[in-house]
Amino acid sequence: MPLELVLNVAVGGVLTGLVYGLMALGLSVIFGVMRVVNFAHGEMMTIAMYAAVIAFAQWQLDPFLMLLPVAGGLFLFGYALQAGLINPFIARPEHSQFILLVAVAIIMVNGLLMAFGPNARNVLVPYALDSFEFGPLLVDKVRLYAAVASLGLAAALFVFFRGTRTGKAIRAAADNHTGALVVGLNVQRLYALTFGLGSACVGAAGCLMALLIDVTPTLGPVYTLLGFVIVIVGGLGSMAGALLGGVLIGLSEALAGLFLVPSAKSMVSFALLILVLLIRPHGLLGRST
Amino acid sequence: MRIAGLPLLAGLDRRAVTLLALLLIGLLFVPAVAGPYLLSIMILVLYFAYVGQAWNVMMGMAGQLSLGHSLYVGLGAYVAAALFVHAGIGPWIGALAAMAVATLAGAVIGYLAFRFRVGGVYFALLTIAFAEFTRIGFDHMTWLGGSAGLFLPVAQRERNDLWSLRGDPVMFYYVILGMAVTALALCRHLARSRIGFYWRAIREDPVAAEALGIDVFRYKMLAAMASSAMTAPAGVFFAFYYNNLFPEQIFSMLRSIELILGPIIGGLGTLFGPVLGAFVLTILAEALQEALQTLGWQIPGIKQVFYGFCLLLVIVFLPNGIWPPLARRLGLDVR
Repeated sequence: MPLELVLNVAVGGVLTGLVYGLMALGLSVIFGVMRVVNFAHGEMMTIAMYAAVIAFAQWQLDPFLMLLPVAGGLFLFGYALQAGLINPFIARPEHSQFILLVAVAIIMVNGLLMAFGPNARNVLVPYALDSFEFGPLLVDKVRLYAAVASLGLAAALFVFFRGTRTGKAIRAAADNHTGALVVGLNVQRLYALTFGLGSACVGAAGCLMALLIDVTPTLGPVYTLLGFVIVIVGGLGSMAGALLGGVLIGLSEALAGLFLVPSAKSMVSFALLILVLLIRPHGLLGRST
Repeated sequence: MRIAGLPLLAGLDRRAVTLLALLLIGLLFVPAVAGPYLLSIMILVLYFAYVGQAWNVMMGMAGQLSLGHSLYVGLGAYVAAALFVHAGIGPWIGALAAMAVATLAGAVIGYLAFRFRVGGVYFALLTIAFAEFTRIGFDHMTWLGGSAGLFLPVAQRERNDLWSLRGDPVMFYYVILGMAVTALALCRHLARSRIGFYWRAIREDPVAAEALGIDVFRYKMLAAMASSAMTAPAGVFFAFYYNNLFPEQIFSMLRSIELILGPIIGGLGTLFGPVLGAFVLTILAEALQEALQTLGWQIPGIKQVFYGFCLLLVIVFLPNGIWPPLARRLGLDVR
């Protein structure tokens, strides 16, 4: 196999992996703060993808322009979901939270099916087939832009959590729930804010994914699973871990598609997940509790 | 008032025995009055009552949340079907082989998880990962049909051959009824025996259980193995009833979710919860189908949206399931 081909595929995988990382970042932030596993994560991404597809089909709006509006919309959705529905479930056992979010996911998948039908849709921007040449490497324009946008948004989130008072308050609430209540933080509001931010991440990722793959209503569960694999490999609750996991999974998917059959690519991801769970149960960059 | 005599019914009061007997008699007469459509729904109800009971051993009793039970259903189905198709070995022997394979799978996953102390959410995700891994693996096993599916020779509907499980739906109905009743009796026996108390101790507080001298690792392993062994025959039934197997369907995560909804909605850790949950959810799904058909609302997805809302309402307003409040109203013991 020519080395250039392998390199090209690997670079494509890493770039896609950064978008995966942004999606998984949302899952990781939500889990890290509230210890709630968002089983409707992929479904949220699908909603964002449809928003990007519709905006492009109706008004020719470029998904990169829609990035912030869609992320904002998903932020409100996530905020409302947490404040209205999930909040009483924070203290309930995991299986209760699981059923709640599965019910939400079922409604979302089938709501999309009702609204848009089962057919696949895509976004074909004018520069969709353009690419940059770096020596022997051919890099897709959209893929590179999407990866850069993902990195930028992840960096912004990182700055928010490290540098702002609200971000620090959220981290305080995550570290010590009772302590946060004692010093007078409004933990419920912080939780809703966190769920909103996690949803905004996945919303932005959905906008970018709409450029890379076709969207169908039933895409949700697949990407929910993919999100789990990434955050477990990187370390649930670790922000850098989510990006690293995304890159690793993107790379392994791309290479498995090249060296094995493409339909077996997620088998490699799941094997990686099982391996990481057994050797480093808290993920590559996760803290053990 | 307690009833002595039959050890199986020991500890049940007269009221509970009467209600159980009435229910069983009612179920025995279902094929006499029900048409083919209703019979197929009742088969589905009993199927979910059975797998729900099997899953409940692991989660409801021992507190280990498995979200990958479709793995054991699928393995059971494929082992028995492959033996039947490739070697001509009947389903009853096949079921033994299926249980052996599923128990082994349950033991391997349990060993890895409990030895490496993978718990809680991580354990749940590990079980999903194993099920998905196996699903994709079976997609590429050509001698088992791969993603194109494995088909059993179509059943002779005129003659009932119980030994080969080839026959009409009435026969399948009684087979799955027998399985569901056996599972209920077995779970009741387990729950009342020493092992059941150990499991509940581990579920409530593993550290305290360990301190009391319970070998937590060993009893968690036993729960995983018992549950996977019990789940496998459901797969055998599935294979012979539907006559076709696709990895995409039988190992799918949706199947795992489907089979745990019954016990959770019915009442986790209770004996009658899985049965009640299977009844309520299956009837609900079919009733929605009928209602929407009558109304003429035929948009794809609308049934599942209503189903999702019903699920949401139950989990928000009855977090412990339907059975505990219902049992209290009937004056029965919740467990």
